[in-house]
Amino acid sequence: MTCDEAQILLHALLDNELDAGHAREVEAHIASCPACAAELAAQREMKRVLADTKLSYSAPAGLRARIEASMPQARPQPSRRSVLRGFAMGSAVSALAASGVVAVVLRQDDQQRILSEVVSAHLRSLQAGHLIDVVSTDQHTVKPWFNGKLDVAPPVIDLTAQGFTLVGGRLDYVDARAIGAVVYKRRQHIINLFVSQTASTEHRPPKTQTMQGFNCRRWGERGLNFWAVSDIGGDELTEFVDKFEAAMKVNVEG
Amino acid sequence: MPVSDDFQKAQRFREAALPYLDDVYTLARYLLRDASDAEDAVQECYLRALKHFDSYRGPAMKPWLFAILRNVCNAEYARRAHSHAAIEDTPGAADQTPMWQENEASPETEVLRSRDAGAIRKMIDALAEPFKETFVLREINNLSYREIAEAVGAPVGTVMSRLARARAMLRAAWTAEEEHSK
Ligand SMILES: [Zn+2]
Repeated sequence: MTCDEAQILLHALLDNELDAGHAREVEAHIASCPACAAELAAQREMKRVLADTKLSYSAPAGLRARIEASMPQARPQPSRRSVLRGFAMGSAVSALAASGVVAVVLRQDDQQRILSEVVSAHLRSLQAGHLIDVVSTDQHTVKPWFNGKLDVAPPVIDLTAQGFTLVGGRLDYVDARAIGAVVYKRRQHIINLFVSQTASTEHRPPKTQTMQGFNCRRWGERGLNFWAVSDIGGDELTEFVDKFEAAMKVNVEG
Repeated sequence: MPVSDDFQKAQRFREAALPYLDDVYTLARYLLRDASDAEDAVQECYLRALKHFDSYRGPAMKPWLFAILRNVCNAEYARRAHSHAAIEDTPGAADQTPMWQENEASPETEVLRSRDAGAIRKMIDALAEPFKETFVLREINNLSYREIAEAVGAPVGTVMSRLARARAMLRAAWTAEEEHSK
């Protein structure tokens, strides 16, 4: 065995990767070669010091949460394709499917779970290629796009003049149901406005909650549930909801 | 029904792959040398892994995840092309550090002072690719030579010579720094 060979194989010896035959050969060379013996001793020492040091890193909790959120959640959610196929099956079937799907009054203890699903949907949307199904800053393009995909198309209101740019719409899933998401931008921040139908027509005033570092402001109005989710500050999100509600009032009454 | 299939697949994936999150993140930190780039790469790695989970045929999940992470990191290297080389053999870097010197100091003088983790991480960070990658996979991620070969797509012999060079380079850097600090 040459020194060049031994200089490589001594590492395999240290790592317990050599079979008995090769191990004996390396040991025989080292017994007769001071240079290789010195190298083996030095490398053994370095390995010992390395083993005593924590050199690994721990993944940040936020990373784990984001990965979890990007996977299909504990409540199975239909893939977008399968639901769209369902919608394409014919109006009778899809109307039947939709009727049981949308008109549900949320129980109080469901609120927290729904909120976490809404935040998950927001996280999913931030991944490349998931944000927008219909890209348009024109409310007259976005709104008709929802027709036929949802029982009740969500109100699509352009708030560009008020500082919140309409960028498009998306079909999403929350609580195993198809739900409309209208997407706005504030500077570089995304705001997802999720809208679903509800049997309750009572007005529920807006309320902000924080989950996984996102602000979520939800309210109920005219038989619809709204969730606005974003990483913008609570004040700005409140401003967004105020402006949305004001514009909606004008739209309805005007 | 495809709905529950998707969910069950994700559940199996979660159980098989998430326990290695720290390992994957550790490799990403050493390869990219940036905490937030590493987070992005790891998230992308898990997305791709879930997507290809159907074609995964075991047995070792770790090397498989590492192989995917390498691809993600190579794309990141390409993006940073001006400052970093991809994980490839860089003969120049390999030749810079001799494997060993004829006039080795005696073993007694070779005892290395223990250093804090931060100092050692910095020295590992400074190793050239593909030696750093091989070193981290072996010494920190605890892969066997065969698993490293699988993860990096190179023969075991190549893994062995890269590892020998990586350790020689690290020790050279270590002793040089001790000389310096004396
Ligand atoms: Zn020798």
